[in-house]
Amino acid sequence: MSDFNSGSLEATNIHLAFGSNKVLRGIDLHVPQGTTASVIGPSGSGKSTLLRVMNRLIEPDQGDILLDGKSVLQDNPDELRRRIGMVFQQFNLFPHKTVVANVSLALSKIRKMPKDQAHAKAMEQLDLVGLKHKADARPGNLSGGQQQRVAIARALAMEPEVMFFDEATSALDPELVKGVLALMTDLSKGGMTMVVVTHEMGFSRNVSDTVTFMDGGVVVETGSPDQLFTEPKTDRLKGFLSDVL
Amino acid sequence: MEVLDQLVKTFFDWEAMGQVIPEMFAVGLANTLILAISSGILGCILGMILAVMGISRNPIPRWIARVYTDVFRGLPAILVILLIGLGFGPIVRILTGSTNPYPLGIAALTLMAAAYIGEIFRSGIQSVEKGQLEASRALGFSYNSSMILVVIPQGIRRVLPALVNQLIGLIKESSLIFTLGLLASQREIFQIGQDQAANTGNLSPLVAAGLFYLCLTIPLTHLVNFMDKRMRDGKPVKIEPDEAAAVVGKGA
Repeated sequence: MSDFNSGSLEATNIHLAFGSNKVLRGIDLHVPQGTTASVIGPSGSGKSTLLRVMNRLIEPDQGDILLDGKSVLQDNPDELRRRIGMVFQQFNLFPHKTVVANVSLALSKIRKMPKDQAHAKAMEQLDLVGLKHKADARPGNLSGGQQQRVAIARALAMEPEVMFFDEATSALDPELVKGVLALMTDLSKGGMTMVVVTHEMGFSRNVSDTVTFMDGGVVVETGSPDQLFTEPKTDRLKGFLSDVL
Repeated sequence: MEVLDQLVKTFFDWEAMGQVIPEMFAVGLANTLILAISSGILGCILGMILAVMGISRNPIPRWIARVYTDVFRGLPAILVILLIGLGFGPIVRILTGSTNPYPLGIAALTLMAAAYIGEIFRSGIQSVEKGQLEASRALGFSYNSSMILVVIPQGIRRVLPALVNQLIGLIKESSLIFTLGLLASQREIFQIGQDQAANTGNLSPLVAAGLFYLCLTIPLTHLVNFMDKRMRDGKPVKIEPDEAAAVVGKGA
């Protein structure tokens, strides 16, 4: 897997509050083209919310989001989300549609591809994640790992410039995590721009180009995996790492 | 023994039943089904509109749907049928020249069914996990497209048993249309039984009507139970040999 038409992503000074609960308090995240940024941190630190703000599933109160260097806050949010693929912890496949229909739905309805062309492209994507033989199954009949790979295929079919992974392996049985992580590693090596919210410290350390540690709605530390994992500067990161490693 | 004879003669006079059953098959059954099915279909359409209004992000349609539902769920069926049927009858006659009570009867049944069906659809749609809407929107679908393509179809599937229950209710409520005055060819199952019972002073024709209703409603009730069970347990799946074996050792 390579030659993605990927782009850079930048979030600057993102603020978001739900009522009096300040979830994000001035977040900066810079993801150069073709790199993988992993975001780690304790539950409730705002990692998943940050992803949803960057594709405008949730509108930020303040701050800017730049895709390929251009602000996207004035654009139609539906257009923006077509350029950013997203994979969820709970897969969120459409249970009333077959596997291949899950992948082809957006191609035919949004990209306006003819049915047979959308189907062919969907089959191609399923082949890339090794699940062509499950094309006519319902998502409910697949294992969690297979469902997540279909979800990745569904996102990739739209040829996104950036991919978001929101704890993509957290809901999987341990033996199924590997296959999904291998697929994510392939994407990363293939030059996809990725933001990966994860509890998989191995992936974060070995695959990502930068690691960002969030806690309490702020970025506490950011840098290369080596910097953060071998020489954490703050007590908060030291404490977090000693808890999870 | 005299009492028993009397009871059998009152309720199960086969001769009296035999006289009405052909008429019930030829005229009554079709009319009952026309009333129930057409108001069921129209009720589903109006109910879906109410459901979508009920979950709207705009408070005005939400409020309209709320008031409508409260009113039509809160009134006795016979009162709505009389008010609509008798109240609008003259207007329909002036406009179209028709005195057929069916359109207004169906309208009254539809208005009531829609209030219930709207609530059924709304609860089904709202039971769909939030992640479905989120995933659809993340792909780039608008809110409306997401609802139409992803959320509403799943919501409808979940409430199919409840919809069949509504159809059962409509089959029974269609009997109230007799209050609007029916010509011989417009009579549905109940009216045919009722007329014959009045003419002969014997209740057996009404018992025959009851049997007709049960032949329609009991299979539907079991269909609901079957659908409910299928949704809870999923399609019957083939048990893997080792799983079947595990059950054997469970009690030990």
